Amino acid sequence: MAQIELRRVSHRYFTWKEETETLRDVDVSVEAGEFVAVVGPSGCGKSTFLSLIAGLIRPTAGEVLLFGEPLRGPSRRVGYMLQHDHLFEWRDVLQNVLLGAEVRRLDLRRARRRALDLLERYGLSNFVRHTPGQLSGGMRQRVALIRTLVLEPDVLLLDEPFSALDYQTRLFLGDEVSRILREQGKTVVLVTHDLSEAISMADRILVMSRRPGTVTADRRIVFSAGRPVPTEARRQPEFQEYFNRIWEELREHVRV
Amino acid sequence: MSGFERDTGLRPVATSRGPEGVDGTAGRREAPGTHPAGSRSFLYERFLREQRRRLVRIRLARWFLVAALLAIWEAAARVHWVDPMLTSMPSHIASSFWKLASEGRLGVHAWVTLKETGIGFAISMGAGLLAAVALWWSSFLSKVLEPYLVVLNALPKVALGPIFYLWLGDRLSIYGMAVAISIVVTVMMLESGFREAGRGKLKLMEALGATKWQMLRLAVLPASVPHIVAAMKVNIGLTLVGVIMGEFLSSKAGLGFLILYGGQVFQMDLVMTGVALLALLSIALYGLAAFAGRVVQRKYHVE
Repeated sequence: MAQIELRRVSHRYFTWKEETETLRDVDVSVEAGEFVAVVGPSGCGKSTFLSLIAGLIRPTAGEVLLFGEPLRGPSRRVGYMLQHDHLFEWRDVLQNVLLGAEVRRLDLRRARRRALDLLERYGLSNFVRHTPGQLSGGMRQRVALIRTLVLEPDVLLLDEPFSALDYQTRLFLGDEVSRILREQGKTVVLVTHDLSEAISMADRILVMSRRPGTVTADRRIVFSAGRPVPTEARRQPEFQEYFNRIWEELREHVRV
Repeated sequence: MSGFERDTGLRPVATSRGPEGVDGTAGRREAPGTHPAGSRSFLYERFLREQRRRLVRIRLARWFLVAALLAIWEAAARVHWVDPMLTSMPSHIASSFWKLASEGRLGVHAWVTLKETGIGFAISMGAGLLAAVALWWSSFLSKVLEPYLVVLNALPKVALGPIFYLWLGDRLSIYGMAVAISIVVTVMMLESGFREAGRGKLKLMEALGATKWQMLRLAVLPASVPHIVAAMKVNIGLTLVGVIMGEFLSSKAGLGFLILYGGQVFQMDLVMTGVALLALLSIALYGLAAFAGRVVQRKYHVE
């Protein structure tokens, strides 16, 4: 059974001035443990796609199923990581990481143990009592990831989680996040406008067209060297090949 | 753990002290890449010296300005360039100040005004916060009330004086005036602060499945602390204006009463004494609000 399923999903939104069709007839299914990246030109509805799965908005037509059930509102089994870390300045790292547990009224002692464990495992144990203002951009985004992982979601939605970072931090954190997520065996949907990032991280790439967005290509990414970490993947012989092929599919949607 | 070390460099801990910027503490700020204390470069030392000298010059000029004005005032009144009956003079104000103070009357008037301002401030901030929360909670309500707020804001609240006097009586009308003058701006400032405060944070809260109450308590209110502090600073000043207005309209004590009474009996010394004390009081109140604001902001780590 697919973990995430979109059946002929369309979405439109309305303003006084106009009606905008963001997605049209999107059919996608994602299996458990898959790492799927969605690429497309800016404004193609990638973020809308994620918001639909996150239960933040409803499709105008069609259906979104999570674990075989129609989705109504944000699900507890889904974690959503946004472009900015949105850490709360007035909370220290531990309190930030426990925000979700507090909101969902989970057993705070258990969540705390898990949070400390994750912070320790991912190199932040010395920063538990630091405030966000004292952390670097890369560390902040890692804290945001742990804030999501504390809730033990089965599915993780990443909305351009690296785009606010500088390039080096981005590569470095890409490796980190990809390692963490594979280690935790999560199903991941990553939205990005960076094709290289998508190929280096994902098992599968969905290409979306310009608005109204629809999925125009669905490519599997397989490296002969198994599943290398993203910066390694960029050095594989297949990488360039994938890049060229998907770029061909992508470029017809890109208008400068 | 490949190379976590690379990324664990701390950002400089913010130690800036408010909007004044360089205020003599510049030397305490440390940023990565700068010389650690003790091995400052010659140029940096010179920069600091020049900044300090400039600061001293500004302070001296300030004191000089007030001293010069007082001296000219005193001299002009003494040699009758101006009529001291109309202008009073600093030495008379000082002696009137001490006389009133030693009789304890000054303390009584100041205390009455202070108490009224404190109570007015508390009512206006409390009610303002509640109103702003209500407007944040219901965007429909907010839209409905928008034009009314604009009108209330534009209306000179002083014009409501007689209404408060008739409705609330001679003592409570002072509070009516104080709250009327300060609350509208407070509500508007707080509401726009709430709306600004972390749209992204709210999206995060929504994705976590937070209730509206949780969003308010966990995200909006703490994120709005700087706006609440700003509203407090504006509010305290306006409340004082309202209290003095209220005392002008009807009162038996307070600095407003003292000033008005002094004017009625043509005692400019009294008027000026009242005004001077009022100036001191307003500075003290603003300082208090600013201090409380700094404490709260430090606690919440928000600038």
